[in-house]
Amino acid sequence: MKLDTSGFETSMPTIGFGSSNDMLDGFSTVPSFDLPRTTDFDGFQKEAVQMVKPAKGTTTLAFIFKEGVMVAADSRASMGGYISSQSVKKIIEINPYMLGTMAGGAADCQFWHRNLGIKGPGLYYVDNEGGRLKGDRFSVGSGSPYAYGVLDSGYKFDMSVEEASELARRSIYHATFRDGASGGVASVYHVGPNGWTKLSGDDVGELHYHYYPVPPAIAEQVMEEAAAE
Amino acid sequence: MDKSPMEAEATIYLLCGKDNKVYLLKLQKGNTSWDISSFNLGFEPRFIFSARKSSKLCSANPNLPMSIFEYNGSAVVAMVGKNCFAIASDRRLGVQLQTIATDFQRISKIHDRVFIGLSGLATDVQTLYQRLVFRHKLYQLREERDMKPETFASLVSAILYEKRFGPYLCQPVIAGLGEDDKPFICTMDSIGAKELAKDFVVSGTASESLYGACEAMYKPDMEAEELFETISQALLSSVDRDCLSGWGGHVYVVTPTEIKERILKGRMD
Repeated sequence: MKLDTSGFETSMPTIGFGSSNDMLDGFSTVPSFDLPRTTDFDGFQKEAVQMVKPAKGTTTLAFIFKEGVMVAADSRASMGGYISSQSVKKIIEINPYMLGTMAGGAADCQFWHRNLGIKGPGLYYVDNEGGRLKGDRFSVGSGSPYAYGVLDSGYKFDMSVEEASELARRSIYHATFRDGASGGVASVYHVGPNGWTKLSGDDVGELHYHYYPVPPAIAEQVMEEAAAE
Repeated sequence: MDKSPMEAEATIYLLCGKDNKVYLLKLQKGNTSWDISSFNLGFEPRFIFSARKSSKLCSANPNLPMSIFEYNGSAVVAMVGKNCFAIASDRRLGVQLQTIATDFQRISKIHDRVFIGLSGLATDVQTLYQRLVFRHKLYQLREERDMKPETFASLVSAILYEKRFGPYLCQPVIAGLGEDDKPFICTMDSIGAKELAKDFVVSGTASESLYGACEAMYKPDMEAEELFETISQALLSSVDRDCLSGWGGHVYVVTPTEIKERILKGRMD
């Protein structure tokens, strides 16, 4: 069974649809795809979406500011409660002027490469259900609520590259602290008029003690005498 | 128990019947026919597996809902040394993936020579701890002495089994120094099945990783300082592979003369 799209508006010629012509082997027909052989189509679709869903255990963010776009992400991959990797590359370098984050998937990022010209800073959120949003700041993944908290409270359009990269790094750090499924390394990229550059890649394990140094007195051991026998 | 059916003395199956009976099928070694016996319960029997076993299935599959044992996240481990023991835990209190606090206490001192670490659901950890302290204080008043670690383990086991069909959702780890400074460690499932060990015991959401780390790092008869180093490294490397535990560590090393308590700095992600 195939999906019938003959009712849709199309610029393509519609020869041979309906009466299956093996000679044409799918060429010149209306675009169509196989439907699953199932009585429960909704249930099948739900399961299929579940299967190809991008990894939720993540935090990525990007925002537009005076000097261009700042993009940042964590590097953890988890399966349920198990941390399967602490060094995943979630920011995809598409071309010298474009970056994508893993929450959108590599295929989507490449699609945008073909469909966008270079016309100033652009930032899009694309999702697996076909949604596309244009905006000045986004965060995606299970850690995104925490990242948004820091990002929204610190965001200004008039920021230097240094201020913006620190905001991005701090947003990712706070997300990794609160979210069990985010962690590893906080990478920060900047996209400017001359293309992208990687600004930092800090191990969150060290970043925490950089932001919040532990006073030596607390780290020291506490001795306690056992009661006399 | 470790024997495969081929080399075992007998193969035994326990079956639930629809006729309110439990059937025991036994095949003696060398025999060809099954010996069948049954007993009547008066209600339809159901096997209830220890929740600890089933909780492991959940963590491996991201599509299954998290087990209630994994709701708050935890990691507890105890190790035996030469005339000493160490008990350590992580410090995270979470609600599923959200970290709420990073100074949660899972290990408690019952008296100077007996410690208990409770992994699992935090609310039950605190309730069970309060009941255990209460029962130990009653014991002290009546007996005018502290409990031996073995006795305390039996008390914990009995208190857990009291709630056989609505258990406290924790897995205790008990460590203590017994008579003539002999170290004692043991763990239990949520309904009080004791599991004694000579080397180390683990529990919590990071238990799989902890088994691996302890198996690789543990040596018998370590002195207190080396034991501290070993248990700390085992704990920190294990929780680094677990989303739900970590955010620092808490270690106690207990020798006949002193209790050393240390807070470990760990990865905070």
